[in-house]
Parts: sequence; structure tokens; C-alpha cells
Amino acid sequence: MSSGLNTIAWIVWIILIPLIGAMLCFMWPRRGNLLGMISAIATVVVVVALYLQLLDQGVIRYAVGGWRAPLGIDLYADGLSVLMLLMSALVGLGVSFYARDYFKQDDENPAGFWPLWLLMWTGLNALFLAADIFNLYVTLELLGLSAVALIALAGSKDALAGAMRYLLVSLLGSLCYLLGVALLYHAHGTVDIQLLGSVVTVHPVSYAALGLMIAAMVLKSALFPLHFWLPLAHASAPTPVSALLSAVVVKASFYLLLRLWFDVFPAVTLGLGLLFGVLGAAAILWGSVQALRQTRLKLLVAYSTVAQLGYLFIPFALLSPIAWQGGVYFMLSHALAKAAMFMAAGNILKFGGHDRIADLDRVAQRLPITMTAFCLAGVSLMGLPPSGGFIAKWLLLEAALTFEQWLWAAVIIVGGLLAAGYVFKVVGYAFTQADHSHDARPVALTMEWAALGLAVGAITLGLIAPYPMALLAIGDPLAIREVSP
Amino acid sequence: MNAWLPLLVLFSSLLPGLIIFFLKEEQSRIRIVLNMAGALIKLILVGSMVWGVYHGQSYEARLPLLPGLELALEADALALLFIVLSSLLWLVTTVYAIGYLEDSPNRSRFFGFFSLCVTATVGVALSDNLITFLLFYELLTLSTYPLIVHRGTEVARKAARLYLVYTLVGGALLLLATVWLYTLAGTLSFTPQGFLSSLDEQHYGALTIVFVLLIIGFGVKAAIAPLHGWLPKAMVAPAPVSALLHAVAVVKAGAFGIVRVVHDVFGVTFASSLGLLTPLAVVASVTILYGSVRALYQDDLKRRLAYSTVSQVSYIILGTTIVGPIAAIGGIVHLVHQGLMKITLFFCAGNLAETLGIHKISEMDGVGRRMPWTMAAFTLGAFGMIGVPPLAGFISKWYLGIGALEVGQGWVIGVLIGSSLLNAAYFLPILHAAWFKAPPSSWPQERSFGRKETAWALLLPPVITALLVLAAGLLANATFSPLQWATFIISLEFSP
Amino acid sequence: MSLSMLYALAGVGLFVLGLHGLIVQTHLLRKILALNIMGSGVFMLMVALARRAPENPDPVPHAMVITGIVVAVSATALALALILRLQAMTGRAELPEQQTRP
Repeated sequence: MSSGLNTIAWIVWIILIPLIGAMLCFMWPRRGNLLGMISAIATVVVVVALYLQLLDQGVIRYAVGGWRAPLGIDLYADGLSVLMLLMSALVGLGVSFYARDYFKQDDENPAGFWPLWLLMWTGLNALFLAADIFNLYVTLELLGLSAVALIALAGSKDALAGAMRYLLVSLLGSLCYLLGVALLYHAHGTVDIQLLGSVVTVHPVSYAALGLMIAAMVLKSALFPLHFWLPLAHASAPTPVSALLSAVVVKASFYLLLRLWFDVFPAVTLGLGLLFGVLGAAAILWGSVQALRQTRLKLLVAYSTVAQLGYLFIPFALLSPIAWQGGVYFMLSHALAKAAMFMAAGNILKFGGHDRIADLDRVAQRLPITMTAFCLAGVSLMGLPPSGGFIAKWLLLEAALTFEQWLWAAVIIVGGLLAAGYVFKVVGYAFTQADHSHDARPVALTMEWAALGLAVGAITLGLIAPYPMALLAIGDPLAIREVSP
Repeated sequence: MNAWLPLLVLFSSLLPGLIIFFLKEEQSRIRIVLNMAGALIKLILVGSMVWGVYHGQSYEARLPLLPGLELALEADALALLFIVLSSLLWLVTTVYAIGYLEDSPNRSRFFGFFSLCVTATVGVALSDNLITFLLFYELLTLSTYPLIVHRGTEVARKAARLYLVYTLVGGALLLLATVWLYTLAGTLSFTPQGFLSSLDEQHYGALTIVFVLLIIGFGVKAAIAPLHGWLPKAMVAPAPVSALLHAVAVVKAGAFGIVRVVHDVFGVTFASSLGLLTPLAVVASVTILYGSVRALYQDDLKRRLAYSTVSQVSYIILGTTIVGPIAAIGGIVHLVHQGLMKITLFFCAGNLAETLGIHKISEMDGVGRRMPWTMAAFTLGAFGMIGVPPLAGFISKWYLGIGALEVGQGWVIGVLIGSSLLNAAYFLPILHAAWFKAPPSSWPQERSFGRKETAWALLLPPVITALLVLAAGLLANATFSPLQWATFIISLEFSP
Repeated sequence: MSLSMLYALAGVGLFVLGLHGLIVQTHLLRKILALNIMGSGVFMLMVALARRAPENPDPVPHAMVITGIVVAVSATALALALILRLQAMTGRAELPEQQTRP
């Protein structure tokens, strides 16, 4: 069986299937839900097949069309890529189930959603599998443009403004990145990531390129203080889109940053690590405080994303290689938990017609599945056991304390407490009676269960940690073997 | 079977809880059946575990979390002590809660979280290393929160929020300490006499800080002064919750944690050599006296009992800080005794509130005539608290006192006598008023139960636990008494 | 200074000018124009750096530029569509927080 599996180039199908699905959905909008779901499930199946293939063969490198680099496009899959693919696939599946009923219930335009979402998925998959920096530029653009269009689907003034700002930011980032690519190509004659890693040396051109590309990724990953575009964009988008943006899309640029950091520029990184750590800490503290101040639920969740993204940058400042495992695990758990939380928030919004936190009015009793999803997602965000977030937090703390980096440990702990603050603010109001009740509109069961499914996934991540860790080790993308004895 | 039994014990309350969440309000029959079945099954499973351990079996279950870190459950002697107490009291409290909450809204939600709470407590008891303990400890926080906020009022929300602030900060400190300890020692498994004595001297400073963090983290739930602020406010919860919190789950989990830290992480001798135990003893003593003094000034019955709990739980901690087997026995056995006595008192307080609408002590005049069985149970519990022989409380205090004398810490006796006097000062007036004063013309809010004093479900539990208080004291020398058990546990700690 | 270096510097200059325009201009159409100028700057840089006189220039950057132009066109189209929608909804072609008059 495994030999049969290995002969198929799953790596190519991962990109092709959502693309074909997008085109089909565009041509037959009436069948959007059906075609969309089929494409989603097919994509997940193919990702799992690639995962199995990776376990069997180890790192996979594939030249599209048989043409090798530098003229051809190479696809490359190691543990980290497949982990990101699995993450997007799981979240994508959950969001697809959710979106089926979300757009059915409202008059919002479903015809635009499926093609755009599948295009975005194509971009994501291609990004995680790209082996050269120019291809990454193309996938980044695909991702960005489809994300902008998805946000604008909501049609409100806030959504349009948020989409516009996101577009401007995204294009700015991409252009800076492209400039970096141009410089690197000129200096070293290749755009292949693996090759660049061995030739990039300390040189002004390298620094310039490094600066540009990293700045671009930091902008797209909304690291403090370049996070200004995120809250409104994520909060005013349609709920399934918010979930996708916060859970997966921001992680894509972070993934790119990791690849740059470890594979392209390992010789050149200077004291940037410390700067990232400081900015990450600032993000955690500032984002959490802002989240606490919000009166509307979706904005609270969006600011929570700003805060949680800060955690991803802490490993840059830590000396222990375990920190990277913690960072990646954090990315994974946050994806599931944040998607679940946004979906839960969307359900509450649909239910009451508003998302004012103080008027939640016994939602705990009236939407129990949704509230359970919210609470479980919150448990992961707070880093309480048992959850993926807890494992990530443990690893980060262990990394910090092994080398006695007290300040970072304190930041991690305080961040968890602040997260508890804003999560339980919502939960507390969900249990209490509001002053005036609102009429309730029904929420489709699939939407509730989709949220709960992803939330349970985030919790399960806390109990199965050895498996993702083993996957991450394939190809050693985070240079852990080199550093640890 | 050996790996399954601990898991089954956990599931015996987890599964009914999960199912109950999905029941509609009206399906009270199924709910009652599930609750009772779960409680009985758990008791039977625990009983068979005890039997097995007595005959040399060992029960453990493990799950790897990360390389080098695993979730581990094991039924050692101390775990069994706690788990028998929890299971027994859960059964009794379930009966009581069914009676108390009849016709209340949101019962499915309540019993669902109630079951989760017990699952977490059992998990705490069975934990074989610090990270498993931490996991179930935090689960306990999460599952008790909905119980406190249950009534859905602003007051409840604020009290629950306060509870969270205290317990989550404590939990964060615990996490920090645990990770730190792991980086220092490489393991977190509970070992009799501790696993830290082999560490280098350079780490002693770090170990001291870790100890302080651990004590603070556990001390929040154990209501050590000045971390006790959440407890009196949490009285806004329904009486079965107060009973459970104060006798079994939350407070005991905190105290249990401190016992584990001192005995199975640091080891009593090592901790004492680091100079950690005397400050802890002082803090415990201050809490004992402070709690009792505050209790004197409370007119609300549940609040007075709350402060009494603050005071009494620190006996357990005091027992662990004295480096001698007899005092340690006194501390550990008080875990059981205080549980039995306090739950009796809270059940009675709940009865008074439910049946007659009495919440304040000033309203309790002559209630002994109206509710004799309840007040009799209350009297037994109160006398036990004061330390009147031959009740359970006396046994604990006796051992604590003798143990302290044995190692030359005579001042502890002063604390014990002082607190007993204070206990008398705040319990005896209640008893006097209840039995010897004339009742008022009408009670604040009476519910009639026909010729019975109150509903069976409300009456039986306190009577049973009161009798157990009596039995634990009278039969303290019998083979399976809590006292003998505690003696056995301590023998493992102090053996060479 | 060789010709290609002059073009390369001009490309960088365009990039910087575009960046300035993007940040400073409030009208969305001008922001899009600024982005396009930035793009043109990058493309010019790439083409200029591709020169390998006296051989034929390096085709790889040319391919990249063509791809880049396609991307820029699509992005501009999307941006224009958004601007139109925003204009229709709010009457102004500016981001809300940058509007100076109420």
C-alpha cells in the first residue's frame, strides 16, 4: 500500500485540487456549497496522504514539470511544511463546514465565498510547499488578494475599510519582499532556499535584503507595532473569514519568516532575535490589555490574536532550541483555538443580533455547545492544561528557565493571566442575566459543532504532543539537531 | 486491570457528568439515576482499589505528554486516603444536592459541572507527579467556577471572578515553579522522602524560591492567610457547593498539594534543613488564629463556617511542618476529620436555610426544638471542631500537640489551645441559642414538610456524616480508621 | 557609473518615492498609484541588475518582472474595485481615519 501511495505526486495535487475546486465553484455558483465541500474534503485527504508519504520517505523534493531550479519551480516538503499543511487543512475543513450554513442563513453572498476561499487555500498550500523565494512571493500575493476579497464580502463600511487597509499593507509588504528577492538574486545568482542558505554571507546586500524581507514578514504577521491593520480587518470580516485570517493566514507569513531565519539567513541574524523578543513581549502585553478593554466580542477576539502572535516571537530571544518547538506548537494550537473562538463569537453574533459583551444574557444556557467551544478554546489560549496551548507554554517556559531568562518567563506567565482575564470576562457575562433580553435567532447546529470540533482539537493537541513533535523533526527545519548535543 | 482501575475511577464521574450536560431540565429521573449510579460505582471501584493495594497490588496509568514528561496516575497510600474521603463525601453530597436543588433552574448544568469537579478532585488525589497534579488542579478551578457563578446574579459573577483571580494567579505561580523544578531536577515524580535532596548546593536558593511559589500556589486554594480572600465571598454559591468546596474538593486539594510538596517532592528532612518549614509553620499558625478570630465576628452562618474552614485547614499544614511522625499523622488524619466535620456543619446550615429561611446566627434561637436531628448533627460537628473527646477533632489535635512536644516545638500547643478556645467561643453560643433559647414566633421563610423535620434527602446526609465523625473518633484504633491509615502513610515517609 | 547602475538607482529612487506617496497621500487612488510606482521601481531595478554586458541579459529576472507585472495588474484591479465600493458607500475615497472633513 505504501509503495502505491508513494508513486503519486501528492505534493502537486495539494495545490491543484483547491485550485480546480475554486474554478468549478466560480463556474457553478449555485452548486457552491456542494462543490466547495467536496474540494475541501478532497484537499484534506490529499494532505493526509502527503503526511503518510513524508513519514515513509522523509523529506520530499519535487520539480514541477520535470524542470529543475533555477528556471523550474521546485516544491519542497519537510516536517514543518506538512505540519502547516495539516493545520490549514483541519482549520479549513472546520471553516468549510461552518461556512455552508453561515452563508445559507443570511442573505450574504455565498457565490463569492467558495471560489475565493479555495483560491486562498491554494495559495496557502503552495506557500507551505514553495522551495524558492520568488515562488513564495507569488503565493503571498495570491494569499493576500484572496484574503482581501474575502473580507470585503461582508459589505459593511468597516469591512471595506478594513479590507482596503489590509490590501495596502499587504501590497507594501510584498513589494518590500520582492525588492529583497531582487537583491538576493543579484548577489548570489539563485532564488532557491536551500542554495541560498549555503551562500549567503555577511555582506551589505545580504543585510539590506534581510532587512527588507523580514520587515515585510513582520508587517504581514502583525507584530507590534505593525499590527494596526489587523483588529478591524479580522473583526469586521464575515465570521468564517475572520477564523481563517486569524488562524492561518497570519501564520503563513510567520512561516515564511521562519524559513528565512533558518534556511536563508542563518549566518546573518545579529541581535534581531532580542528585538523580536521584546516586540513580542510588547505585543502580548499591549494586545491583551486592549482585548480586556473591548466591549464587542469579535474585536476582543481580534485583539487576542495580536497578543497571541506576540508569543510566536518570543522564541527568537530564547537560547534553548526547545523554544522553537514551543513556538510551532503554539502556532498549531492557536490556529485551532482561535478559529473555534471566532466561530463561537460568530454564532453568538448571529444568535442575538449583536456582540456586545455586557449584554450576552445567559448565552451559556441558551447556546451551550457554542459556549463550550468558546471555553475550551479559551483554555488553550490561556495555556491551561490539558491543551495544546499548555504544551506550548510549558516548552517556552522550560526554554526560558533552563537558561535563567527570568524576564521572558515572567512575560509568558503574565500573558497567560491576561488572556484568562479577557476570556473569563466573556464567560462571566455569558452566565449572567442581562438587563434586557433580545429575541433569539436560531443558529444552525453544524455551525455550533464545527466550532466545538476545532476547540476539542485544540485540547486534544495537549494530549498527543509526541506525534506533531515527531513530524516536526523530519528534515530538521528548525535546526534543533545542530544545536542540541 | 491495574492500569484501568484508576482511569475507571475517573470516568465513573466524568461520563455521567458529560451525559448529564445533554439532559433536559425535566429529565430529573435519569439525572438522579446517573448521579447516584456514578457515585456508587465510584465508591465500589475505590473500595476494590483499596482492597487491592492492601494485598500488594499496584495501580497506575501513564500517558506521555512530551519527551521526558508524562501524565501519571498512581494509587499510593496518601492518594487512597484522599480518594476514599472524596468518593464517600461525593455520594453524600449528591444525595444532598438532589434534595436541595429540587425545582431549581439549570440543574443539568449544575450536576454536569459537579461531576467534573469530582473527577478533577479524584485526579488530584491519584496524581503521581507534579505536572499531573497541576493539570487536575487547574481542571478543578475551571470546573468549580461555573458552580460558583451558577445563580447568574451580579453578586455571583463578581464572587466567581474574585475566585478566578486568586486561583488563576496561584495556578500561574504553580506552573512557573513546576517548570523551574523540572529544569533543575529533571523529574517531577512524587517519591516518598522527596527527590530533591541529591541536588547541588548551588541550587538551594532556587529551591527555596520554588518552595515559596509552590506554597503560594497551593495556599490560595488551601485558604492560607492572606490568600484566603476568595473563600468567604464564594459562599454565594448554593449550599451543596459550599459543602463540597469546603470539605472535599478545593480546599482539601490545596492542602493535599502542600502535603505532597513537603513529603513527596522535598522530603520533610530536606525541607527542614533548608529552613523552609518553620516559616510555613508560623504562617499556618497565624492562619489558624486569624481565621478563628474573624469567625467570631460573623453573623452570617455560612460565613462563620467559611472562616472556620480557613482556620481548620491550616491544622493540616501545621502538621506537615513539624518534623516528627506523630504530628505529621495528626495533620494528615485531620484531612479526613475536618472534611467530615465541616461537611456536616455545611449540610446543617443548608438545611436551616432551605427549610426555615435562616441565614444568620441571630435567627437561630430555639431552632433545636424545630429541627432536632439537624441540630444534633450540627452539635456533633461543632464539638468535633472544638476538639471535644472522643470525637474526631480531638484525635487530630491530640496527635498534633503530642507530636509537637516530641520534637520540642511546644509553642504549637499554645496555638492549639488558643484556637480551641476560639472555636468554643464561636460555636458554643450557636449551640446555646439553638437549644436553650426560645424560638421566635415565626421563621423567616418556612417550608413545610409535613410531620418530618425536613426532606429526607436533606436530613440523612448530615446525620450520616455526623455519625462518621463520632465513629472516626471512637473507633480510631480500628484497623481501617483514618488514624491507622495516616499512621501507615507517615511510616513510609519517616522510615530510614 | 555604468548605465545599468543608473537605472538600478533610479529604480530604488522610484521605490522610495512611491513609499513616501503611499504613506503621505490620503486619497486612495493616489495610494494605489504610489504602490504601482513602487512596483515599477522594483521592476526597473530587477531589469537593470539583469544586465550582463556583453552577453545577453539574464532571463530569470525578466521572467520575475513579467510575473510581477501580472500580479500588480490584478492587485490594482482589486484595489480599484474596492475603492469604487467604498466610494459608493461612504461618498469618499479615503480610509475612515484619514478623513479630515466630517
